[in-house]
Amino acid sequence: MAMHTIKLTVNGEPHEATVESRLLLVHLLRENLRLTGTHIGCDTTHCGACTILFDGQPVKSCTVLAVQADGRQLITVEGLEKDNKLSAIQDGFYQEHGLQCGYCTPGMMITGTALLERNNSPSELEIREAISGNLCRCTGYVNIVKAIQHAARATKQETP
Amino acid sequence: MKIDTTPEVSGMGHSMKRKEDPRFIRGKGNYVDDIQLPGMLYMDIVRSPFAHAKIKSINTEKALKIPGVLAVITGETLAKYNLHWMPTLMSDTQMVLPVEKVVYQSQEVAAVIATSRYIAADGVDAVEVDYEPLPVVVDPFKALEPGATVIRTDKKDKKDNHIFHWEVGDRAATEKAFAEAEVVVKQDCYIPRIHVASIETCGCIADFDRVNGKLTVYMTTQAPHAIRTVFALVAGHVGLSEERIRIISPDIGGGFGGKVPVYPGYVIATAASVVIGKPIKWIEDRMENLQADSFARDYWMKAELAAKKDGTITALRIKTLADHGCADAAANPSKFPAGLFSICTGSYDIKHAFAEVDGAYTNKPPGGVAYRCSFRVTEAVHMIERVTDILAQQLKMDPAELRLKNFIPKEKFPYQSALGWEYDSGDYARALKLAMERIGYPALRKEQAEKRARGELMGIGISSFTEIVGAGPSKHFDILGIKMFDSAEIRIHPTGKAIARFGTKSQGQGHETTYAQIIAEELGIPASAVQIEEGDTDTAPYGLGTYASRSTPTAGAAGAMAARKIREKAKKIAAHLLEVSPEDLVWETGKFSVRGAPQRSKTIQEIAFAAYTNHPQGMEAGLEAVCYYDPPNLTFPFGSYICVVDIDRGTGQVKIRRFMAVDDCGNIINPMIVDGQIHGGLSMGMAPALMEEISYDENGNVQGGSFMDYLVPTAMETPSWETDKTVTPSPHHPFGAKGVGESATVGAPPAIVNAVVDALSHLGVTHVEIPMTPERVWRILKEKGVAE
Ligand code: FES
Ligand code: FES
Repeated sequence: MAMHTIKLTVNGEPHEATVESRLLLVHLLRENLRLTGTHIGCDTTHCGACTILFDGQPVKSCTVLAVQADGRQLITVEGLEKDNKLSAIQDGFYQEHGLQCGYCTPGMMITGTALLERNNSPSELEIREAISGNLCRCTGYVNIVKAIQHAARATKQETP
Repeated sequence: MKIDTTPEVSGMGHSMKRKEDPRFIRGKGNYVDDIQLPGMLYMDIVRSPFAHAKIKSINTEKALKIPGVLAVITGETLAKYNLHWMPTLMSDTQMVLPVEKVVYQSQEVAAVIATSRYIAADGVDAVEVDYEPLPVVVDPFKALEPGATVIRTDKKDKKDNHIFHWEVGDRAATEKAFAEAEVVVKQDCYIPRIHVASIETCGCIADFDRVNGKLTVYMTTQAPHAIRTVFALVAGHVGLSEERIRIISPDIGGGFGGKVPVYPGYVIATAASVVIGKPIKWIEDRMENLQADSFARDYWMKAELAAKKDGTITALRIKTLADHGCADAAANPSKFPAGLFSICTGSYDIKHAFAEVDGAYTNKPPGGVAYRCSFRVTEAVHMIERVTDILAQQLKMDPAELRLKNFIPKEKFPYQSALGWEYDSGDYARALKLAMERIGYPALRKEQAEKRARGELMGIGISSFTEIVGAGPSKHFDILGIKMFDSAEIRIHPTGKAIARFGTKSQGQGHETTYAQIIAEELGIPASAVQIEEGDTDTAPYGLGTYASRSTPTAGAAGAMAARKIREKAKKIAAHLLEVSPEDLVWETGKFSVRGAPQRSKTIQEIAFAAYTNHPQGMEAGLEAVCYYDPPNLTFPFGSYICVVDIDRGTGQVKIRRFMAVDDCGNIINPMIVDGQIHGGLSMGMAPALMEEISYDENGNVQGGSFMDYLVPTAMETPSWETDKTVTPSPHHPFGAKGVGESATVGAPPAIVNAVVDALSHLGVTHVEIPMTPERVWRILKEKGVAE
């Protein structure tokens, strides 16, 4: 199996890795870089537990090869907190009980982060549409919607 | 409900933020697949493409030639240790790996052990299995016909596919009531096979330490202690005795009952680790998860309700055929092969009832596990709530009025049901009336009449369910003989902080928070200073685990009782410190003070310090207690749900416009968490009502084996649930609580079906089977000539 050396930035830190062509990005993150906050919940690109920011776009890292991340900037759940301060999305999930088992949560928060970056006052429907590629079995989505709304309010207060 | 503690202490009734969340929102949870041990190997499983086939040969040669593939384990390998079969929780048997034949599609056939998960998958592709297909039995009715192919040929003398017959109630009295009835309604109803599909699949790391002879298994299990005992029973003969087995259940990404049973993968990984002497990780993928384990329901019911013309229900009769797949691997208490199906008289005062259930084997994976519900309660509630509506329709009565007429009146509690339960407490009319008020029932009926006149399809559905949760009492309930108590152990540190361990295991329910709140309530130690641990059999006291909404009724109760033991000892220490007799002390949250002299007091923190530094002579030092709580009865949470649907005449799509859920789970520990549990439960109630089903074609090929075809609701299909509550405490529970995690899954489906039938009732529709997919509904619209 051919090996490739790739360079990528994850949560602001540069990394270099030598990987097989077939290695999935999610496995690179979880197993090589030990960033286990990005989860795996399916094999058909449906659940979104593996969602990360790939050059700023929310992407399902189970459906990207590690080699495709060469030269890219990635953000995972571990990169949301800055200077020991939770991001607005993280705080929203905490305050509004937006998680139960926590398994879908990293992917949900990443998707929510990307949504708020392009639209800082989404309607309930826009939020539901944005997270419709992320499955949650525990919460019934009600409090996830509230968590993202909470974060939207906080973000707007910070950057009027 | 009165709140007795300050927000700093956060006892019962506070919506305390969850203690587990800081790690989860940072991506620092610790799920099984996150664990990496030095030298760890990976296992992947070869699965059968056939539902019933003889295995002629398994050729592992090519697989073993792949660099990095270390071993291929087959049934023959395990047979050497007599580990190729294992007992199920229902005392049936199930194959770990087959020697002769496979009995369901996707059954485990062999396992490849390799240095990476990719190489293990390569190995799986390279294993060559030669099968000879056998006739397949998928229909449980046909399975019981004379001459049907016998599936369990492993059982000597087994000449058919019948598993059990179970019945309850007075058959003769019920027959008489039916003979004398003024009105009888009947309905057949099928509750399809579904799958919990927790977002984390199942898996384990088995780590056998050859030097110390100790096996540690990190496992996605809801019941770690029971699993340890099962392992000791199954593998005792190969030297694994119980003190050398440690089961660790780390963070779990949703369980819902699917993580109660022992699956073959766990056993194979364990056997492989013992043989190879290295840690072995097995994580099933989603397709394996949906095709091979954790199935629920598959109940074919026939129900009849007898009543007077004024709507008074006089008798109920239900006959059920349960499709268990190839093994009875349900997780019911031993004496209840049909679980707690006998709750089927529901919320109604029905004098005579009789229910019978037969179980059948088919060529499907083991079924009947659970789907976020207490042992077959969902099926029972679906049936009674459906026939009640059909009776209302027949009598042209409003379904709310019919329910109010037949509810067990609140004065009758504790209530003896016709099928043998003692309901602890309830006020059903209050819950229904609150739901009707909150949703604006009369206005909705008016709107419906107007819409109907315009040809629009709108329906309003009610479900007034009674749940039965919190097993045991141990005199009735056991799993493989182990009594269904649960446990708590609390230790108070010298500085007045605490650690407490429980026999249960949270999978998202928030035990680290709610259990701390129980202890905070009882002892006045702030919940934030109470550390909760579960899921490690080397440290936690023995318990039966978390499922069937039993944690609060059993382990939660154990926590309160252990805390009360601590308070008793604390009282003696306080008396010693204050130089008074214990009888002169009064307790108020967090301190003992002298009766009549409240300024003379000792806080729990001062008492804790004294327990280690200045305890009375003759008293043992320390401040800790254990309680194994055996509940005197189950708890019976209840509620009334009202659902409003609109049906699209062009597509047949059912849209839930509003859904009002009024729940009563007695006294509440954390309202925020209870609300969250209900939201999740409602979604998992809606899912089988509208979307989810795992069916099989005539060859036993699974039709819902991936998220491509098994439709788990997204945020788009899920409505914004509305919730409210009434509070009717359980009289026998130490703090008046009842279980709640599954009420909504049980109560929601019939409310949705009743709403859809209500929308179509003027067309003569009396029943719709689930899932009520657009296609199924559209076909009805077409048949009735109203499709657009
Ligand atoms: S793991 Fe499910 S979408 Fe990536
Ligand atoms: S919190 Fe469990 S899957 Fe979303």
